[in-house]
Amino acid sequence: MEFFERFAIPHPSPAIYASMVAIALVTIGIIAGLTYFKKWGYLWREWLTTVDHKKIGIMYLISALLMLFRGGVDAIMMRAQLSVPDAELLDAQHYNEIFTTHGVVMIIFMAMPFIFAFMNLLVPLQIGARDVAFPRLNALSFWLFFAGAMLFNISFVIGGSPDAGWTSYFPLAGNDFSQHVGTNYYMIAIQISGIGSLMTGINMCTTILKMRAPGMTLMKMPMFTWSAFIANLIIVFAFPVLTVALLMGTTDRLFATNFFTSDNGGMDMLWANFFWIWGHPEVYILILPAFGLYSEIIPTFSRRNLYGYKPMVWSMVLISFLSFLVWTHHFFTMGQGALTNSIFSITTMAIAVPTGVKIFNWLFTMYKGKIRFTVPMLYSVAFIPLFTVGGVTGVMLAMSAADYQYHNTMFLVAHFHNTIIPGVVFAMLAGLTYYWPKFFGFMLNEKIGKWAFWSLTIGFVLAFFPMYITGLDGQARRMYTYSEATGFGPLNMVSFIGAAIMAIGFVLILWNVFYSFKNSSREIGSDPWDARSLEWATHTPIPEYNFARLPHVNSSEAFWDAKMNGHQLFRGEYEEIHMPSSSGVPFIMGMIFFVAGFSFVFSLWIPAVIALLGIFFCMALRSFEKDDGYHISVEEIKETERKLGGAK
Amino acid sequence: MKIDHSQPLEYSTHQNQLNILGFWIFLGAEIMLFGTLFMGYFTLEGRTGAGPTPAQIFEITPVLIETFVLLTSSFTIGLGIHAMRLGRKNAMLSFFAITLLLGLVFLGVEIYEFMHYYHVGATYQTSAFTAALLTTLGTHGAHVTLGLFWGLFIILQVKKRGLTPQTANKSFIFSLYWHFLDVVWIFIFSFIYLKGMM
Repeated sequence: MEFFERFAIPHPSPAIYASMVAIALVTIGIIAGLTYFKKWGYLWREWLTTVDHKKIGIMYLISALLMLFRGGVDAIMMRAQLSVPDAELLDAQHYNEIFTTHGVVMIIFMAMPFIFAFMNLLVPLQIGARDVAFPRLNALSFWLFFAGAMLFNISFVIGGSPDAGWTSYFPLAGNDFSQHVGTNYYMIAIQISGIGSLMTGINMCTTILKMRAPGMTLMKMPMFTWSAFIANLIIVFAFPVLTVALLMGTTDRLFATNFFTSDNGGMDMLWANFFWIWGHPEVYILILPAFGLYSEIIPTFSRRNLYGYKPMVWSMVLISFLSFLVWTHHFFTMGQGALTNSIFSITTMAIAVPTGVKIFNWLFTMYKGKIRFTVPMLYSVAFIPLFTVGGVTGVMLAMSAADYQYHNTMFLVAHFHNTIIPGVVFAMLAGLTYYWPKFFGFMLNEKIGKWAFWSLTIGFVLAFFPMYITGLDGQARRMYTYSEATGFGPLNMVSFIGAAIMAIGFVLILWNVFYSFKNSSREIGSDPWDARSLEWATHTPIPEYNFARLPHVNSSEAFWDAKMNGHQLFRGEYEEIHMPSSSGVPFIMGMIFFVAGFSFVFSLWIPAVIALLGIFFCMALRSFEKDDGYHISVEEIKETERKLGGAK
Repeated sequence: MKIDHSQPLEYSTHQNQLNILGFWIFLGAEIMLFGTLFMGYFTLEGRTGAGPTPAQIFEITPVLIETFVLLTSSFTIGLGIHAMRLGRKNAMLSFFAITLLLGLVFLGVEIYEFMHYYHVGATYQTSAFTAALLTTLGTHGAHVTLGLFWGLFIILQVKKRGLTPQTANKSFIFSLYWHFLDVVWIFIFSFIYLKGMM
């Protein structure tokens, strides 16, 4: 029995026991359903072994939505606990675990897969390619993300969740102050999915540099592809820093080394520095693809080309460069002295300049345009003022002297949610609505979509703007309760109501998917929004080879030119198409990584070593494998094109 | 698979070119990885706690042997790729085999070195300095170990399948990896050992 005691929850509660039952029931339900409907073969052939970038993108999308709801439940629990003074819904330990998992889930397991979903779905189509450079590696990236996400999510029912904050600062995250295995989960689950992210970064950079359609020079790439390229470059240079930091944190916890401890020479601030050298570029990894999506949506619904293409590109390059030079602003109060703080204040404020350039370019794109207020456009229009408020409060926080007032208060919490929600989440929802017809063959209902949009926007303002005030009044973040005498009560109640309205908005989005699946027309053609770039030039549903003939490109809006100016995208004869073959190895490797990670979390060395050997065995297998893919013949292409309604 | 005969074998297909560019980008990430390890080491090298200082544990002889062996192996793998370009399969295989043997000697000496540290009381847990030192050296050593297996697999494949665009591509990429490990070692030699012994 002693062996099994390590898996027990250190702070059990009825809610956790209920979750255990729910997880067990859902798992049994899924297995029973798949067996009853005889879908195991379909699942394995079409999804688990796929290397098709479109299907991998859809799997990222589903995972991101699931994680959005997991993180959202955490958020609602926190807001409920704080809605009245001296509430007893959650105890301190529980609250610590929830704000930690909320942060990690939302950043690493919701926002990251969401942007990877769009990169996978869109980049090959936008550059007129048939897949990414390394399709098999792409599948492995997904399964590593998935293994990491699952490992992190089982923490709250097996062994206990991490409770040291999503930043996991040492010495708090060290063995002395975080004794149960929660922080092991943090270190190892993020490590596994981080390796997947790094491989996606390499894959996408190679794809964008080497696989563009004839005529598409770098300065003729669609803006989303540019933003994906820059974000992936940042991934390649930022994620190895996290890899090392997590490795050191893991050895500190599992092997009692002294990197970040308080004695034997350890230095806790080294963690904070490493974490934010990765962490600040990370927020630009998230926001740049979001900017890219807005840059696709705004021109489409303004019926004007993007204002200032070149400044848009240069501002992203500048942002990516500056993103590596600002990390210290996350801990101005932690003792590096006035000179260092001043330098980092200035670099931080400098980021507002290229970001401002982008804001004005979007405004000028809309100026004198024929604007259609569809759901994606509503999100984009709401994004501009709301994000600007988040940016301005960011500049306030960047002033290191004033930061002593704001640091670790709800003001900061309001600021970063004010950039991430209207910036990233709105972009993802706009992109979801905008690209839904391309990938699923039907439109989402506009009316329900607008209800969801208004719920989210009003809910957002109600939930987060009061925090600016309570933060300035001194309400600290991460405090699980406060007394009535502080006077924070009413504004926190407003926040809770706002959070509840947002929750309704997210439920409406789910309802919209269900409702539209039932009721929407399937006769929408391949270009329902009258859009401008190459992803809309191919059929809906998209054939597995994307383009029967590779498109010829003459501008950054080649499809618009084809529609308006008679530019001929597809020319020449059909040729045999070479495609990569499916493989189960990435999925199996993901599962082995999961086992390895779980074993490391609980210091089970024998299974850990066996699992690591399994990983190396899979790599060796790949080295010896002879896999030339397969070919689609000209007849098959013609047949497919005919079925899809006309040759392209 | 279209083969472009105007290019060297390892660059002759589109997929080969993708593989090589992808690997260069991977090496960019590796530079960041080792760069972070070096930053960690420089921050922590003076923080020895109750444990020994760098000057007390570093020994010049094994380090010189390691350096000499690894630098030579970088030269021999270069000769191997040169032989591959000339289409001389057996010469190439011999040079690759010599490279891996030298790598094995390097690894043996490094293991001896680690045991020496253990015996003089510089274990993984002793201090922040020893943890940073052993993690940096260990990460490099783990890369060499992985490289030994990878190189062996490539030798077996070239032996069996001959010099095809695929095997030539793999061999070339492996040589990039091996040279990279050599470059990292030069930094380790200069900024960890020499600096520590001065």
